[in-house]
Amino acid sequence: MKPGPFTYHDPGTVAEVVALLASHEDAKLLAGGQSLMPMMNMRFVVPDHVIDLNTVGELAGIAADGDALTIGAMTRQRDIRASDEVAAKLPLAVEALGWVGHFQTRNRGTIGGSLSHLDPAAELPLVAAACDAVLTVAGPDGNREVPIAEWPLAYMMPSLAPDEVLTSIRLPVWSEPHGSAFVEFARRHGDFAIVSVAAMLAVSGGKITRAVIAIGGADTAPIRLRDTEAALVGAEANAATFAEAGAAAKKIEAMSDAYVSSAYRQRLAGGGV
Amino acid sequence: MTDTRDITVTINGKTHEASVETRTHLGDFVRQQLGLTGTHLGCEHGVCGACTVLVDGDAVRSCLMLAVQANGREVTTVEGLAESRTKLHPVQEAFWKHHGLQCGFCTPGMMISIVAFLKENPDPTEAEVREAISGNICRCTGYQNIVAAALDAAAVMKQGG
Repeated sequence: MKPGPFTYHDPGTVAEVVALLASHEDAKLLAGGQSLMPMMNMRFVVPDHVIDLNTVGELAGIAADGDALTIGAMTRQRDIRASDEVAAKLPLAVEALGWVGHFQTRNRGTIGGSLSHLDPAAELPLVAAACDAVLTVAGPDGNREVPIAEWPLAYMMPSLAPDEVLTSIRLPVWSEPHGSAFVEFARRHGDFAIVSVAAMLAVSGGKITRAVIAIGGADTAPIRLRDTEAALVGAEANAATFAEAGAAAKKIEAMSDAYVSSAYRQRLAGGGV
Repeated sequence: MTDTRDITVTINGKTHEASVETRTHLGDFVRQQLGLTGTHLGCEHGVCGACTVLVDGDAVRSCLMLAVQANGREVTTVEGLAESRTKLHPVQEAFWKHHGLQCGFCTPGMMISIVAFLKENPDPTEAEVREAISGNICRCTGYQNIVAAALDAAAVMKQGG
């Protein structure tokens, strides 16, 4: 078993990637390969052209400015998890990455690949949703920026045209001290999440001053509990408040599939929050 | 039309020059073109871990990487673990001592994963070992002995064994 025949391209720059996309029909971008390679091995995907992003050095790297981390699309999951800068500014991402596949797949898997593949259960899109990330996409007309809320168009379909490539992800970080948590329920460690929850909370004088709750796996794309977040601000940071937030999380619209019912996903979401 | 590339890859310390069809994954390349059949291919979609090899020292699934992507890199397969024909790697030694295998199909991937894991976590807990091998499936369910072997190998390697 191996992929069907294709022509392989190994561009060195983003400009070359964009030019290749513009001049080749039925081309697939190969990032870390931890999702696309299985699909090609099983011939669910049989592209005429494979454009390898692993040779585009400018796509990898982590840069911190005052209020955000900007991570290149080809930055490997293991490098993000091991980054001191990420650990200091966005511990939520480090915690989430512990749930992403296994260490062997994190050695290849990339943040841009996760966001472009956009599996509903994937951890990194959930982190991006929790951070109100802004994605930069390069195409024939130059760069454009896409807020994470507008990134998923449908199930596993990002706002990315066939002639575009995701180049970087800007994750705004909180300046105030805060706590964060990432919890996930899967049948086995490293499996796709049935439901996962990312939360960030800032507290001052016993009262919540800022709150984010994002839920993955429950719907076709990560969801934010905006009403609950708003209700939390100003509330006392105590068990009763958190129990109310959990109760609210149980009321989300959740998918049902052959393995897991929507009611079970709602229950997990409530428990997770 | 067959799309091929010439690549140079160092495998277990030996440099190989080869022409590969670009769609060939690294696992098929080492097995079929180089005859290194120690690397086992199970699921070929990144789930079972049997085909795990080291690329520049990092454990990766060889079925999820194209051979052409290994151009210029150093690959270690299970054949490259032992120091010599008479001296096994401490992880191999521990698998032998603890009977960390039954049918042996998952063994190359298990050992490669454990070698990479112990390099970064020389003093792991049992729970950490179990998480490290969670991406390697053993259908004989010989996990108890595999975990025991990994922990023993860690202890031996710490003493410089």
